[in-house]
Amino acid sequence: MTFSPELEARFAKMLESYPPGRTRSAVVPMLLYAQDEVGHISTELIEEVARRCQVKALQVDEVVGYYSMLHRNPLGRCHVQVCTNISCLILGADELYEHASKKLGIGHKEVTPDGQFSLEEVECMGACSWAPAIQLNYDFHHNVTPEKLDQLLADVRKAQ
Amino acid sequence: MLYNEPSPLEVKILTKRFGLRNSESLDTYLATGGYKAFLKAIEMTPEQIIEEVKVSALRGRGGAGFPTGLKWSFVPRTSPKPKYIIINADESEPGTCKDRLLMENDPHQLIEGILIAGRAVDSHKGYIYIRGEYRYLIEAMDRAIGDAYARGYLGKNIQGTGFDFDLYTHSGAGAYECGEETALLDSIEGKRGVPRLKPPFPAVVGAWQSPTLLNNVETLSAVPAIINDGGAAFAALGPPKNGGTHLVCLSGHINKPGVYELPMGFNLLRMIHEVGGGMRNGKKLKAVVPGGSSCPLLKADECDIPMDYDSLAKVKSMLGSGGTVILDENTCMVKFAQRIMKFYAHESCGWCIPCREGTTWLKKMLDRFHSGAGQKSDIPLLGELSKNMLGRTFCALGDAAAMPTISIVEKFTDDFEAHLNGKPCPYEHASELVMA
Repeated sequence: MTFSPELEARFAKMLESYPPGRTRSAVVPMLLYAQDEVGHISTELIEEVARRCQVKALQVDEVVGYYSMLHRNPLGRCHVQVCTNISCLILGADELYEHASKKLGIGHKEVTPDGQFSLEEVECMGACSWAPAIQLNYDFHHNVTPEKLDQLLADVRKAQ
Repeated sequence: MLYNEPSPLEVKILTKRFGLRNSESLDTYLATGGYKAFLKAIEMTPEQIIEEVKVSALRGRGGAGFPTGLKWSFVPRTSPKPKYIIINADESEPGTCKDRLLMENDPHQLIEGILIAGRAVDSHKGYIYIRGEYRYLIEAMDRAIGDAYARGYLGKNIQGTGFDFDLYTHSGAGAYECGEETALLDSIEGKRGVPRLKPPFPAVVGAWQSPTLLNNVETLSAVPAIINDGGAAFAALGPPKNGGTHLVCLSGHINKPGVYELPMGFNLLRMIHEVGGGMRNGKKLKAVVPGGSSCPLLKADECDIPMDYDSLAKVKSMLGSGGTVILDENTCMVKFAQRIMKFYAHESCGWCIPCREGTTWLKKMLDRFHSGAGQKSDIPLLGELSKNMLGRTFCALGDAAAMPTISIVEKFTDDFEAHLNGKPCPYEHASELVMA
């Protein structure tokens, strides 16, 4: 597999950043950055990361199952992540998640038929003082209300 | 970028550049005294630096509150092995959102703190482990690191001092457990993040089998001020053995939630009413999570208390990571306990059975309880099950799940009794009114 020139440059730098002989250290970040580019973690991608980091495919595979941001199945182009942990919960995050689910017509870790959106109820994302918070892919949105969420989703639809 | 208005009651040491134009840039940092502490530290011996940090009474801001100077002294400086510094920027403790601001608004303060720690423990390589969700901060730190290299504040022979240091970022990929320092070490080695048995402690055998100093972002960000102004000045800001200021992440049912830098020992009620603008909608205070979801909760009548490590330990709670969550009278404590346990059950790495099985069983019991199918005998059982997890796991995640649960069951038994005999949650209606 080959990636974009930017990602190839990042990976080259990444592999050099660890002490000599410790290329296994690049497994987790390499998987995440590769997933961002190709959409999900396929068997082919696992083998590619294993080859680049000089470890067995199984050693990469077991890592994929552990980290919650690594996904075996394709996500939507816009991954909607709603935090429902304590600070968000007490300011209406459950209702916000329900609203998102109804609006998108999908549940936890599901993808809309057109592949535009996926939804996930996530753990604390570090935005507690500006709760409730969501992330659309990597972008944070703070103090989100159902109305604000509708607007954000409409903006994504318009842009894509 | 700032997400909330500062408070006039703040004492700005670590956040003094927040709000300045381009506060994140190297130029701003240099124009406001940046990297002077590093040059001063180079003239000091490692012993003198560590002594200064000990005098400052700085304690680990990641949650454990371990004295930082003491931790630095555990690293065997004369070891022939390379020594590493790993900065814990995995900020994942529910209620906590401060390291984010330090990296976003003043990344060079962190880099300078790392360099001083490097000088103190004879380390020349560091990694900032940043949680995967904070992608924009990985980019922000990479930019700051790039600027520091370009202007000779990182790399070989920094500012002609003969001191070398290389610094990199490393992305996590979503795992609360990786904030635990030994699990973080496994994670940075490319494995599942499961904790290691201690001893050996990371200071002696850490990343890649080498001595490793692990510190939180806020801890290291405090170091330049300690070297510039002296450890005694920092210590004097707080009560004895609880030096300096810390970043309090106020969230929940208050009028002005936000991140505020306050001196150690600041009274919690004043924090709520004078810094946080008081309770929302004039409701009554019910409980406070003092320092992140792992801490035993405080009842309203326990909140007239100075917020520092030792004062909270006296009431059997913790200052933790500074995530202070304020709950009003309409909060269902069964629901709250249920959500906390859902989190720990999800995040338990599964390595230790008391944690893996305990969190899952507690989650099932709390789910059942909140749905109205709980039994009276479940109330003491929740506490008993939690107590059986305490101290029986490799890392603190099992304790972190048990401690808040024990406190909620003991302090808010009424809420559990109100859910018995198939009764619907008494707070559902109240919370709907708040939402409307």
